Amino acid sequence: MASSTPVSASTDLRPVVRTGLTRSPAFVISATVVLIICALAVAPQAFAGWFGHGDPRACDLADSALPPREGHPFGFDVQGCDLYANVIYGARSSVAIALLTTLGTVVVAVVVGCLAGYFRGWTDMLMSRLVDVFLGFPALVGMIVILQTLSTHNEFTVSAVLILFGWPALARVMRGSVLAVVNSEYIAAARGIGAGPVRILLRHVIPNSIGPVAVLAGLNVGGIIAYESALTFLGVGLQTPAISWGVQLNTAQQYFTTSIHLLVFPSIFLTVTVLGFVLLGDALRDAIDPRIR
Amino acid sequence: MSDLLESLPGHDPGAPMLSVEDLQVEFATAHGTVRAVNGVSYAVGAGETLAVLGESGSGKSVTARAVMGIVRAPRGRVTAGAIRLRGVDLLTLPEETRRRLRGTTVAMIFQDALSALNPVLPVGYQIAEMFRYHRGASRREARRRAVEVLDRVRIPSAARRAGDYPHQFSGGMRQRVGIALAIALDPKVIIADEPTTALDVTVQAQIMRLLGEIQREHGTALVLITHDMGVVADIADRVAVMYAGRVVEEAGAHDIYARPAHPYTRALLGAIPRPHLRGKRLAVIPGAPPDMSRPDEGCRFRPRCELAGPGCADAPPLYDVAPGRASACHEWTKVIEG
Amino acid sequence: MSAPVLEARGLVKYYPIGGGPLRRVAGQVKAVDGVDLTLGPGETLGIVGESGCGKSTLAKVLAALERPTAGEVTVCGRPVGRLRGRALRRARRDVQLVFQDPYTSLDPRMTIEAIVREPFEIHRDLAPRGDRRARVRELLETVGLNPDHCGRYPHQFSGGQRQRVGIARALALRPRVLVCDEPVSALDVSVQAQIVNLLERLRDELDLAYVFISHDLSVVQHLADRIAVMYLGKVVEIGGEDDVYRNAGHPYTQALLSAMPVPDPGLRGRREEIVLTGEPPSPIDPPRGCSFHPRCWKADERCRAEPPALTAWRGAGHAVACHRPEVWSPAGGTEGEVSATR
Repeated sequence: MASSTPVSASTDLRPVVRTGLTRSPAFVISATVVLIICALAVAPQAFAGWFGHGDPRACDLADSALPPREGHPFGFDVQGCDLYANVIYGARSSVAIALLTTLGTVVVAVVVGCLAGYFRGWTDMLMSRLVDVFLGFPALVGMIVILQTLSTHNEFTVSAVLILFGWPALARVMRGSVLAVVNSEYIAAARGIGAGPVRILLRHVIPNSIGPVAVLAGLNVGGIIAYESALTFLGVGLQTPAISWGVQLNTAQQYFTTSIHLLVFPSIFLTVTVLGFVLLGDALRDAIDPRIR
Repeated sequence: MSDLLESLPGHDPGAPMLSVEDLQVEFATAHGTVRAVNGVSYAVGAGETLAVLGESGSGKSVTARAVMGIVRAPRGRVTAGAIRLRGVDLLTLPEETRRRLRGTTVAMIFQDALSALNPVLPVGYQIAEMFRYHRGASRREARRRAVEVLDRVRIPSAARRAGDYPHQFSGGMRQRVGIALAIALDPKVIIADEPTTALDVTVQAQIMRLLGEIQREHGTALVLITHDMGVVADIADRVAVMYAGRVVEEAGAHDIYARPAHPYTRALLGAIPRPHLRGKRLAVIPGAPPDMSRPDEGCRFRPRCELAGPGCADAPPLYDVAPGRASACHEWTKVIEG
Repeated sequence: MSAPVLEARGLVKYYPIGGGPLRRVAGQVKAVDGVDLTLGPGETLGIVGESGCGKSTLAKVLAALERPTAGEVTVCGRPVGRLRGRALRRARRDVQLVFQDPYTSLDPRMTIEAIVREPFEIHRDLAPRGDRRARVRELLETVGLNPDHCGRYPHQFSGGQRQRVGIARALALRPRVLVCDEPVSALDVSVQAQIVNLLERLRDELDLAYVFISHDLSVVQHLADRIAVMYLGKVVEIGGEDDVYRNAGHPYTQALLSAMPVPDPGLRGRREEIVLTGEPPSPIDPPRGCSFHPRCWKADERCRAEPPALTAWRGAGHAVACHRPEVWSPAGGTEGEVSATR
């Protein structure tokens, strides 16, 4: 009786994603926000010039920290540059770091999780203990220490440090999900027809176990942007003359009593972006996870 | 608590112990409404064993769950029909009354006893709970009765094992615990949903024998839901064969095996490997059961039936074939003759 | 008899319990504990036994999916025990496994075509790239599936159809032996008959040999030429269909036969019933002596002390591992029915 509903119907996400997602308002809104942010990152020049002053580097110290006025809806920053253009251009590094870091953590997590879950034994023990060490370590302190010893602080170094401390949680999830898949009969069947470990991992294990990791990574994107801003705010992330929301907020902290707009506008963009990614990840998880549906 | 049943409206000591009348159960799914049970009727008297035989998706378990009142809203609900215990229609009773009848008058044995038991409570405690909740027994008294019940299902050193947790029992012992839970309050009706499907052959024999003994001792009405024609032949007095949400044939056990009156029953019997068929091809039923979300007005077995004709586009009623025998086939005379 | 296609000698498979890096092995599950088997070309060997008797482990060891703890599996004269990597994968081709659960043995994210084509992608010498699609369609047709459905996913098929896909995948490598591990247990009666018939047809058409593992004695009786009865990792009785089903010598075989439900209410009460007490003991700590003695009604001192060896008994090819075998056959109509049709 119970066997009449195939078990796998719930694990195949294609139809679910197609039908369920587009009807969910949370998904539609968050996807729109994320799309807009990505467009800002890819082509800031298309948006920055909307109010006639599209160059973030065209500054006049005479305008330093002036409040919004005609043609400068967000006002000016401390250097006298148009804040609106700066905030638009700031999306690029935030999104770049978010994507780089997400990609990096997922790759590392998938590799480590697969090795640990598939080969078990010593590999598993070493990998799992390594994960435990990283998870037990105060990540923020570690990032600050490492970034302080580095001479260059660009998108790549910041991403690298975020990846270094970001993969363990995902790797643990991946390992669990690999363990569940590896004992499936279709893995035994693949071995039976002579498939080697590489093929089994690439063709069968990873496609069937990456779901939870992908969803979790989506949820993490917002967190990464927030983390990047925090690092920059603490002075160990990106540094001027780089344009990023973190840098802008870092500068704003000294002036916000007198020029509140320096703090408000980058914060709004940061918050909306983080929320957009978190909601998107949430909606994706709800759509895929059969227990929640 | 039989006096509870007697006090309910419609009670009639002459009515069958359990009767299901024209029951319909629907489930809301992503693909629309599925009518899993579509006009099922059967009756079983005290001391009688009715086997409900069917394949996956035939609606046999859903019917049983409807009788127990554990078809869960909002996904599934009973949309029509009646379920009567000695004439009392359960579907008209308030939920509170039904809950008081559950366990005391009608009880269920599940296929997977492990999932029917709470894993974090000792089995003795779970049985004792029944006595405390339904009979208001004291803690000590309830525990004594629980051990007694475990003893009745022949669990060795019952007093000691009452303190064990479900996972500490082997498959067969676990099913005994499941039976103990069902018979604890001497229900008038026991519904056993594939009670031995998960068990080994030698253990299955033990459990079926135990069920038979309990039933004889207490005159219980037993509804045995199964797909195993061998088990049915061993224990059933009467058989109701279900297909695609309907009863297609009902008869005494001997009749149904000797002279089936529905093409589906006949095909099922032909599909069983038997010693004299060795080396020969088994008879098969071509195709697969219908998609329940797309209702068909005619006979649901028509696409797989060798006797199907244009007349089968009209759903056949249950024809009376002989006293106590019925078949939902327009061509039943042809089937029964050959 | 011509040279066997599959042979097992002294096969043993133990699984450590609680073992692992830096952890002590707490014990051994003696899943398969000394099994000898021979399978001739085109022959069907049935293996029956209850859960935990080691029949599924035996299937995996025979199909070289698990390495035996001791003993040797020989496929078409080649011992596979010492092979590694590529050579092992090459050798596995001759023995293919059909799994019990058609719901979990197919990768849910692959189309039917991709599933059946995978063997060709692994063993590229089987069919040139251009022919693979045609071969896949041919295989699907062989197992009775519509080849136009090859773009569908497993969940779009019924249990019986999925089992056919699993069989097509196994056949792709042109094996000599199919090891079927409870291939019909998860299926409904009517579908079960379809698959049983399919397996019979394939055996005749492709000259396959089967190791057919099941707990269902009637299905095994229908298909098998010879039957091995397993109890706690050991073969306790082996012989032809006639030997095992009508002249069983081991008390466990007798109990199994007697407990087998027969779809004939007329036999109720007329069959000799042997209802065993208890359940099979744990394979972690099997009883000393004969492993069946705690449930056996004939057990004596010798059975408790000395494990009986599988020794020839009565006719050729019939062997029983019991100190005091006696002929027994299920009373009642089973026998009469058979003699009537012969």
